[in-house]
Amino acid sequence: MVTLNRESMSIMREIDVIPFRNRLKEYAVKIGMSLVNQTKIITAASELARNMLKYANGGKVTIEVVSKGRENGIRMVFKDEGPGIPDIDKAMKDGFSTGKSLGLGLPGTKRLVSEFAITSEVGKGTTVIVTKWKNG
Amino acid sequence: MKNEAIKIFQKKKKAVLENWMKFQLADEGLREDLMSNEDLRSQSEELLDAFIDNLSDENIDDPANSAFEAIVDILSGISISRAKQGFSPRETGIFVFSLKDALLNVLQQEIKDPQELYVQSLKIIKIIDSFGISTFETFIKGREEVILRQTDEISEISTPVIRVWDGILALPIIGTLDSARTQIVMENLLQEIVESGSSIAILDISGVPAVDSLVAQHLIKTVSATRLMGAECIISGIRPEIAQTVVHLGIDLSQVVTKASLASALKTAFGLLQLQVVKKQKQQQITE
Repeated sequence: MVTLNRESMSIMREIDVIPFRNRLKEYAVKIGMSLVNQTKIITAASELARNMLKYANGGKVTIEVVSKGRENGIRMVFKDEGPGIPDIDKAMKDGFSTGKSLGLGLPGTKRLVSEFAITSEVGKGTTVIVTKWKNG
Repeated sequence: MKNEAIKIFQKKKKAVLENWMKFQLADEGLREDLMSNEDLRSQSEELLDAFIDNLSDENIDDPANSAFEAIVDILSGISISRAKQGFSPRETGIFVFSLKDALLNVLQQEIKDPQELYVQSLKIIKIIDSFGISTFETFIKGREEVILRQTDEISEISTPVIRVWDGILALPIIGTLDSARTQIVMENLLQEIVESGSSIAILDISGVPAVDSLVAQHLIKTVSATRLMGAECIISGIRPEIAQTVVHLGIDLSQVVTKASLASALKTAFGLLQLQVVKKQKQQQITE
């Protein structure tokens, strides 16, 4: 996988999500992603950004345009220094939430993107890496 | 003994001002549309007076001296008002930096010794540069105030509730639906249901860029609240890509009546109210 372009943004308040989403959309349009996939990755991004805000008081996002073989895609790294997730398996189940939400954020996001990886350490923070291929 | 440069400036104040005005007026980017030449002159004169009056032996070597605070205050005022009037940073920058040109020009005419000229010029340059920096700081602050005001204005754009028919309300939602916005939407809607005695509300989300789980949760809450008031709620404007995303996310909207367009939502609403829209028949056919 080759990184063609990289940009970092910090998400500290709810209003930071809007410029982040617009930026992401620009990249998605640039690599020629279809409207459905654009909507999917934007929804996944706002899901993860909101999680960061809600549970970790914000964090950092890196947007990358990546290329593998003949396929282009967008990779995002969401990194926070929040409380961490004690039981990732449980957090990845539909309907589980510690915060009175629908509990679809993490499992739903996984269904929306092509590749999904999460690492978390209690007390240290959580990192979520997602990739969406142009035609994936 | 007074510093050479200060003596020259006090003596030649008039010449400095003329020089400065000349530099400013000569600039191609002069904004006569935003500020008249008379205003520019009086602004320049005020600043120059303050500068020369405050310049002394003690502070000419020290741009951070407290004696310059008065000048920085005047500059800040000018800078902020210019930012609000719509001047570009370049134009405001030229205003300050052309003063440097004017001062150095006069020094050059008066001081013949190159060594002395260099020493004095350097001092002036340092002072004006520090003025320039504080001008930019306040200029940006002024712009930020404009941005903050606009942010407030945008958030104040409330969501209107439209009575499309007797007993039918429509709410077009445009932009991101966050918690604060949902609260306003819900309050407006419920209030309007009571006031108009409507039994059907249509929430149109054509203008919502993305429906994530939080937005969906807000929508479900609004629908539930509407039902508690005894009214039916239809969500319209679900675009194909939104529909696919919602399904992948795993959000269950089956409890909610959803339609692709406002038109079909209105049709459903008519159906619920047992109303029918029919084409007007031609006069002839009736008389026949």
